[in-house]
Amino acid sequence: MIRDQEMMTAFLDTVSSFVREDLIPSEEAVSEADAIPEPIVKKMRDIGLFGLTVPEEFGGLGLTMEEESLVMIELCKASPVFRSLIGTTVGIGSQGILMDGTDEQKADWLPRLATGEVIASFALTEPGSGSDAASIRTSAVRDGDDYVINGTKRFITNAPHAGVFTLMARTNPEDKGAGGISAFIVDAKTPGISLGKNDKKMGQRGAHTCDVIFEDCRVPASNIIGLKEGRGFKTAMKVLDKGRIHIGAVCVGVAERMLDDALNYAIERKQFGQRIADFQLVQAMLADSKAEIYAAKCMVLDAARRRDNGEDISTEAACCKMYASEMCGRVADRAVQIFGGAGYMAEYGIERLYRDVRLFRIYEGTTQIQQIVIARNMVRAATA
Amino acid sequence: MKVLVPIKRVVDYNVKVRVKADQSGVDLANVKMAMNPFCEIAVEEAVRLKEKGVVTEIVVVTVGSKTAQEQLRTAMALGADRAILVETEENTQPLGVAKALKALVEKESPDLVILGKQAIDDDNNQTGQMLAALTGMPQGTFASEVNVADGKVSVTREIDGGLQTVELSLPAVVTTDLRLNEPRYASLPNIMKAKKKPLDTVSPADLGVDLTPRVKTLKVEPPAERQAGIKVASVEELVDKLKNEAKVI
Repeated sequence: MIRDQEMMTAFLDTVSSFVREDLIPSEEAVSEADAIPEPIVKKMRDIGLFGLTVPEEFGGLGLTMEEESLVMIELCKASPVFRSLIGTTVGIGSQGILMDGTDEQKADWLPRLATGEVIASFALTEPGSGSDAASIRTSAVRDGDDYVINGTKRFITNAPHAGVFTLMARTNPEDKGAGGISAFIVDAKTPGISLGKNDKKMGQRGAHTCDVIFEDCRVPASNIIGLKEGRGFKTAMKVLDKGRIHIGAVCVGVAERMLDDALNYAIERKQFGQRIADFQLVQAMLADSKAEIYAAKCMVLDAARRRDNGEDISTEAACCKMYASEMCGRVADRAVQIFGGAGYMAEYGIERLYRDVRLFRIYEGTTQIQQIVIARNMVRAATA
Repeated sequence: MKVLVPIKRVVDYNVKVRVKADQSGVDLANVKMAMNPFCEIAVEEAVRLKEKGVVTEIVVVTVGSKTAQEQLRTAMALGADRAILVETEENTQPLGVAKALKALVEKESPDLVILGKQAIDDDNNQTGQMLAALTGMPQGTFASEVNVADGKVSVTREIDGGLQTVELSLPAVVTTDLRLNEPRYASLPNIMKAKKKPLDTVSPADLGVDLTPRVKTLKVEPPAERQAGIKVASVEELVDKLKNEAKVI
């Protein structure tokens, strides 16, 4: 749902100017330094990118899913590293509070998240549990008015920058499944939290992940999202459903960028006396990429609109995430192929994007997990 | 103190424009439009003056089609307080626009008019000067620095071979050059807030001006394609060619 087309056009104009004038020119330096320079982070805050999904009453923009998807597609025409910095605050790190938090919890955190003063992270994955989220081992034991949290969270995006974590921990040791898990809002300054070393990753240099270790970390019981024990798994699944459409949009944006780069290269590059863009085998790669991006974009925007209309989009969101991320991988591969030898060289940038996008098929549920989600939903619906 | 900032809707500077097949002009169908970059600098300067406490109200104005409201909204997202659209479907030309602006100056009585030195579509570089002439206000063109104090504005101008600083009594007209400032982005929250700021539409007739074009475009052609260059073997050869072939030194 687009609430106001004129305003949306203005949003996208701002984002595309920022991408063109600030982000793309600094991509290489960000990758080299493994950090986004502070002046760019400040501009991201000033433009309002951290507050995209926070409701207007809490100082954000309250974008609909369709609007958020369009902004992501535009933003991700620059390296996905920039999106990563706002991604957890706009998405998985804040959505738990937004969807299931109490009014006090929202008022306490959302205004600071909207301005980018505080960055939110989502702490679900553990060394022993990834997509098998119901087998979480991090424990939260009630002690008076507090919970005492112990456990380790792994690969937590933006943990080194986070001011607050949405943490999934087991509050009921008797319930070994999903029902024993609660979602907590944990201030990153709480004693008992320590961070591991930044992970060395294949790509997305400039975006940071690390372990987050909780040792006798004492959190007030009033920090359970929605003040209800045992609802954490449901919260996490809702958050991830929305996140899957968001990642789909991210994949479309980066794929459009890579195809643009490949197309421009194919027009410039001459072999056998003509542009390689005029060779049919190169054209096949361009055309396949174009059509697949178009398909993914249609899927993302359709799922987004349905979500905005209040439909249950669990299956559609998984379809988007699966198709768009696999599409993005294929487009990356073809783009490198069109660049030929230059595609393998760091100087041309396309190999960096090729490494960056490999993550999309893995995080927030691998392709295989999406397949399971989709098929299970199908079987369940058919046999209900 | 009130500032009037006239702006123009033009083809986005990143668009590679194409001449229409009938050579009547540039093809504008489905082309991305934006605020003229020099106008963005003018808006930014006005906003900075407001942030410094020198200016209390910024009125942004444009003469053009209804679609130019988008650029007025952008200017309000950047910090202008209200906007006026002089709505016309005519092909606007500097003299007509200057006359419309003169009428608005009489109505609004601004202390300062800041506008871009030229628009990147027609590159006329005339409207500011014409407005100054029509209103009798002093003008400081091609500004790279603007300071307002004690009823005067000091303008550092970019001129051939250096800088010239002039001091003008207010009210005055200032046109902005490229190096005056670096405009900010319209932030997304401010774009939302700009929707609630007032935008008035007036017709040229309301202002008592006639915007009928005075200048007729006979033909528009793309620039000649650049010829391939050559490599020279030495500085001597280069100097010789510049002197005797290109005749530029």
